[in-house]
Amino acid sequence: MIGFLFSLVAVLVLVGIALVGVGGLGLKVLFGVIIPYAAVLTFFAGLVYRVVDWARSPVPFRIPTTCGQEKSLAWIKPNKIDNPCSTGAVVLRMIFEVLTFRSLFRNMKLDYREGPKIRYSSEKFLWLFALMFHYAFLVVILRHLRFFTEPIALWQQTLEHLDGFMEFNLASYAIGLPTIQLSGLVLLGGVTLLLVRRIIVPGVRYISLAADWFPLFLITFICLTGILARYVVRIDVVKVKEMAMGLATFHPVVPDGISVWFYIHLFLVCVLFAYFPFSKLMHMGGVFLSPTRNLVNNSRAVRHVNPWSYPVKTHSYQEYEDDFREEMVEAGLPVDKSLEEAAAEKAAKEAPAAPETQETEEKRED
Amino acid sequence: MYDSGKIITGLVIFLAIFTYPLWSNMGKAAPVPKPELPPKSVATQCVADTNYMRTSHMTLLNVWRDDVVRMGDRVYVSANGKAYNMSLTNTCLECHSDKVKFCDQCHNYLAVAPFCWDCHQVPKPKEKE
Repeated sequence: MIGFLFSLVAVLVLVGIALVGVGGLGLKVLFGVIIPYAAVLTFFAGLVYRVVDWARSPVPFRIPTTCGQEKSLAWIKPNKIDNPCSTGAVVLRMIFEVLTFRSLFRNMKLDYREGPKIRYSSEKFLWLFALMFHYAFLVVILRHLRFFTEPIALWQQTLEHLDGFMEFNLASYAIGLPTIQLSGLVLLGGVTLLLVRRIIVPGVRYISLAADWFPLFLITFICLTGILARYVVRIDVVKVKEMAMGLATFHPVVPDGISVWFYIHLFLVCVLFAYFPFSKLMHMGGVFLSPTRNLVNNSRAVRHVNPWSYPVKTHSYQEYEDDFREEMVEAGLPVDKSLEEAAAEKAAKEAPAAPETQETEEKRED
Repeated sequence: MYDSGKIITGLVIFLAIFTYPLWSNMGKAAPVPKPELPPKSVATQCVADTNYMRTSHMTLLNVWRDDVVRMGDRVYVSANGKAYNMSLTNTCLECHSDKVKFCDQCHNYLAVAPFCWDCHQVPKPKEKE
């Protein structure tokens, strides 16, 4: 649990840094311009570096995880997606993996429910929570594009409209305005459920490190500060967009009168961006580069030669016999080919070569 | 680097998508919305202070709506003690008479689509003297 406490404290310290930095010291340019640019630069450079670094590691052999019948005889039905035999099948497999998290869907749980018998049962919660979390996060990120585009495209307005379709508000309690956007709540719900799962499932808790807790806490706090800024503090979004557009057009401005809650939110997002390439969050790029997913399982159809295999010099028995046949026959040792056979073979090899050269010469004369 | 063709293509697609905010705004000015305030001859003060109105006018409007429609209460007393008739059309729009030059300025800037106009009629801008 050291990792748990460490991560929680780390995120709280980050909140404190932004609170003191902007609220106390008024370092708005630092937190509103310099840190965001630095974080985004770190994100892109780090991500490209990590992917290129992975690409430099050779994967000489086929190591796909297979979960279905391999393609073999014509009358055995192969499972194309779970045991891909062609590039097309791999593309299909990858699409399902990336969009529907198929490998999480297969998550299993070991238990002893029926006495001493070990049983594996399906455990779909990880898949469900992950699906909630990732898609809600996608919608939230796409919705935030309204701060970075002017004019705002129709699809963005439509998304905003769809996301806010459940208009509910209790005006006298100041709940529900601005329009409740479901993605934010689903995101907070998803990340909380993933966090709770990590806490209450003993096996998962045991293998959890600071690197697992920290992103969860960080994203939880990003959600909380975002929701707080939108619905409770109600930051001045016009000024926020002015600032965001300044960053996007490389003419940074820092308008006055933006609540410190916005800066806390922004700082945590910057930390997420900067932390991203060096963390488990790199599964965003890694999922595309998983050899256990993206390789065609064709080891039986195609010979894969390890490109850096040392070229070993061989000397087969046949070659050995060719070298010493006469001596072996003289010493009375058994040979595969007798002297006559070997001589006939040698003659046969050389004989057709001679007329061929003659033919070519004749043709040239013509 | 192995499979460099595929990986570089992937990275280029990634960068193109993720830098959308940077290249989509290239060479474009992003004018800050300027909601046109009513002339001084009409009004010098709103029902609440500017900062509150900038961020929370929708809450005020919904409280008014509930008070009027559900409670039948039409009188709003502002912080400085002045009484107002709670009415979008007769109070708010009396001064802020031009939806395009006032409401839409910020709402369009941030893709906000309030449902006021589902029921209320859009006011015709008054002729200015």
